[in-house]
Amino acid sequence: MNILNLFIIVPVLTVCGILLTKDLKQSRLVSAIGMGVQLILAFVLVYLYLAERSAGNTATMLFMYDALWFPSLNIHYSLGVDGISVAMIALTGIVVFAGIFASWKMEYLPREFFISLIVLATGVFGFFISIDLFTMFLFYELAVIPMYILIGIWGTGPKEYSAMKLTLMLMAGSAMLMVGILGIYFFSAPAGTPLTFNLMEISKVHIPIEMQRFLFPFTFVGFGILGALFPFHTWSPDGHASAPTAVSMLHAGVLMKLGGYGAFRVAIFLMPEAAHEQAWIFLILTSISVVYGAFSAIVQNDLKYINAYSSVSHCGLVLFAVLMMNQTAMNGAIIQMISHGLMTALFFALIGMIYGRTHTRIIQEMGGLMKVIPFLGVVYVIAGLASLGLPGFSGFVAEMTIFVGAFQHVDVFHRVVTIVAASSIVITAVYILRVVGILLFGPIKNPHFLELTDAKWYERISTVTLVLAITAIGTAPWWLSNMINYSLAPIVERLSAVQLTGLF
Amino acid sequence: MNFSDILTMRHELLLTLIALVVLIIDLNLHNRDKHLIIPITLSLFFIHTVVGFLPSVPSILFGGMYHTTPLLITMKNILNVGVLIILFQSVTWLKKEENREKISEYFILLFSTLIGMYFMISSGDFLMFYLGLELATIPIAALAAYTHHESKSAEAGIKLILSSALSSGILLFGISLIYGATGSIYFDSIAKVYANTPMQVLSFIFFFTGMAFKISLVPFHLWTADVYEGAPINVTSYLSVISKGAAAFILVILMFTVFNTIAPIYNHILYLIAVLTMTVGNLFALRQKNMKRFLAFSSISQAGFILLGILGGNIMGMTAVVYFVLVYIFSNLGAFGVVSAISTVTGKETMDDYDGLYSTNPKLSLLMMLSLFSLAGIPPVAGFFGKFFLFASAASAGYYWLVFIAVLNATISLYYYLLVVKAMFINKNEKPLAYFKSDLATRVGLVLSCLGIFVLGFWSQIYEIINSLTFGVIH
Repeated sequence: MNILNLFIIVPVLTVCGILLTKDLKQSRLVSAIGMGVQLILAFVLVYLYLAERSAGNTATMLFMYDALWFPSLNIHYSLGVDGISVAMIALTGIVVFAGIFASWKMEYLPREFFISLIVLATGVFGFFISIDLFTMFLFYELAVIPMYILIGIWGTGPKEYSAMKLTLMLMAGSAMLMVGILGIYFFSAPAGTPLTFNLMEISKVHIPIEMQRFLFPFTFVGFGILGALFPFHTWSPDGHASAPTAVSMLHAGVLMKLGGYGAFRVAIFLMPEAAHEQAWIFLILTSISVVYGAFSAIVQNDLKYINAYSSVSHCGLVLFAVLMMNQTAMNGAIIQMISHGLMTALFFALIGMIYGRTHTRIIQEMGGLMKVIPFLGVVYVIAGLASLGLPGFSGFVAEMTIFVGAFQHVDVFHRVVTIVAASSIVITAVYILRVVGILLFGPIKNPHFLELTDAKWYERISTVTLVLAITAIGTAPWWLSNMINYSLAPIVERLSAVQLTGLF
Repeated sequence: MNFSDILTMRHELLLTLIALVVLIIDLNLHNRDKHLIIPITLSLFFIHTVVGFLPSVPSILFGGMYHTTPLLITMKNILNVGVLIILFQSVTWLKKEENREKISEYFILLFSTLIGMYFMISSGDFLMFYLGLELATIPIAALAAYTHHESKSAEAGIKLILSSALSSGILLFGISLIYGATGSIYFDSIAKVYANTPMQVLSFIFFFTGMAFKISLVPFHLWTADVYEGAPINVTSYLSVISKGAAAFILVILMFTVFNTIAPIYNHILYLIAVLTMTVGNLFALRQKNMKRFLAFSSISQAGFILLGILGGNIMGMTAVVYFVLVYIFSNLGAFGVVSAISTVTGKETMDDYDGLYSTNPKLSLLMMLSLFSLAGIPPVAGFFGKFFLFASAASAGYYWLVFIAVLNATISLYYYLLVVKAMFINKNEKPLAYFKSDLATRVGLVLSCLGIFVLGFWSQIYEIINSLTFGVIH
């Protein structure tokens, strides 16, 4: 059996398993086993992938699986991965696994919670392994809709409002995507040959430039909404702040990456001319995302809002780098997706754990937590340092690569936006250090906090997994970037082959 | 008439026979045994449904007034399956004391309208079409007024009969103009000479307006909500699912086979009406609190989506419409089934009553959620596929902006479908509706629609069969 099919089958079996369970203990055990298997599968996939590559397999997509689904429309269920998707799958595996342990004490309707969470994960895995636009879109929507239930039922604060806002904005995004995908489909083959949804097939044809001009904004913004593209990012802070811990982790850590991944895999890869032409508009918008997100994070007092705005900033950087359209910057974009996925998942996990103890997320009400919960405090500092790009952690590798890549463009426009975006590093340092200073150091403001207990074993599993992954990428980034580079080469080649007609 | 003709007309003949048998049994039954009619009729109709799936050959009867093709047979079978589910869902309600006297009326009236729809779908000329249409409409008015001791139900009946009389008048005027302009009432000969002279375009507009009333397209939709609210719930689901489905079937056939020569003209009208129908239906549905009115307005909006397939104007469009109606029948019957089960047992039918339903009736809530997701077009349930193919067919004709408007409308519709999901799953309620166990028939009906919602999408074979049948229908 093809290994990629397992990425769908295992979660489905896990969901069936949870249906048979009765209470929290059983359902979390089944979920942990299921997602543990999924995590192992992800690592096996990485291993198999690297083995194939070192054995000299030069195909663009490996482990291809193809089944004809709707013959009359030539819709296939077709799977395949390259280095980029393998990396994303590994990220998803880690974050979902950590997410299960972060929600170990989910008392209210545990079965429903874990089922929704795993359905969401299925959508994400399915999205990354699909190379057929139809199935990709199907999995995309499958990943979005459980969010409503997850935030609506288990969320905090104005959860109904946030859940509805998030769902509707993301669905409006998929409305734009629908137009983009259908447009691509009807120009996916020369006249007389059957149309196709297959990414690889479509990349061989040239979509007429007039259609590209029309379809590119639809597709890019459609994915961009999920990637928190300014000014469509407003769902993200509210959604993340209201969501329960594991959902914030999964959403900011993985689901937002669907946007970045789709933006370059579908929008830019299939419509390179229009991408070159219109990149400047979106470069301006993403620069705004990066800086605006970081500035907003400075003034927030709620831990979750701080991290949500920081996600807007970091995810903006992903789209920013993708739009630079050269090998180095795009490589940085992918590393940034993975790095931010891990970091933000770690942040949200920690915030959830701290909130579970202090019952507040307002930083001014806390202080000196390092003295009472040293483990969580240290991990929080690690996450913060990774987020502001300290060498040795994944954030540094990602941002460094992005800005070096962006600076390879010699014209004034690209230089200016790069400098503007790079200024976010400083702003990031401000809000991270501000939080760390107020939250972890200083006097303990509330005597009740003296009785707090440090991390439990399941919380340690959750955080240590993520910290290990972050440091692994930070100290040894070459295996990841080599894997990505190899698969990026054909994409960048296609991008640079087109005539450059951009405004700048 | 020889045996093979009987076989050709088996849908109509068999159902007429069943209606008569039900009548005779009813006459001979003692009053206290009236409830026996229910299982008898159900099993008879089940046999009828199965017989419908037997293979058949295309043929023409009565000098071209009546014809069948595998596609038309499939359409009738789709309606049959839908009616079967409705019959299962109405059992509990029919068994109620106040309905004891008139159980057979329900079945006979329902079957008469279904026979009308069969004739309408199989019609080869406008005379047969009109006869079928009237037979399909008038008994429904009686059904809508079935619980005539309630003033709302009586009002629904009157409203339905008045508005359908008006629309029939307009329709007939259109048909007479078509006859005047082309000299024929036979579809085949009209299709050959139909052109875009002012007279013929005018005749089309009248004809289309009449049909728009039947499918309740905006701005001809105003009767819908009141009738749907007043009629008994099972009649409402019949009206909004079967009746509308049959009208959509015949509309798509006529548009593609008779009027296709003036497609460049009617496409403008359809474009505008599609946008209006989807948007207005949605905007009204946003504010509804009564579940029946809510589903009524949502089904108006759904009818707008059907027009997208007609606008596609190709085989893909026709397949998409038939497939969408099939999916729509199952999804809507799932939702109506839950509303009906709750309304029959508890008498509650406003959205507030559904608060906290998941804590007491989890299975009903889950089915309701799946049906609503299917109506909104969310994967992995069948509605996603139905909508996607409709959008694809509209996009194939280059209507990208229309597709965008339609998907945005699907998003708006998701908002109000989610309101129900929110009520059932999220809202807290001190006293949610108490747990109740539905009886066997209701559960069979619900399970059938649930199966349909799941299977129809993934099982691409069904789409492919419909696609192969539509092949060659369009000239």
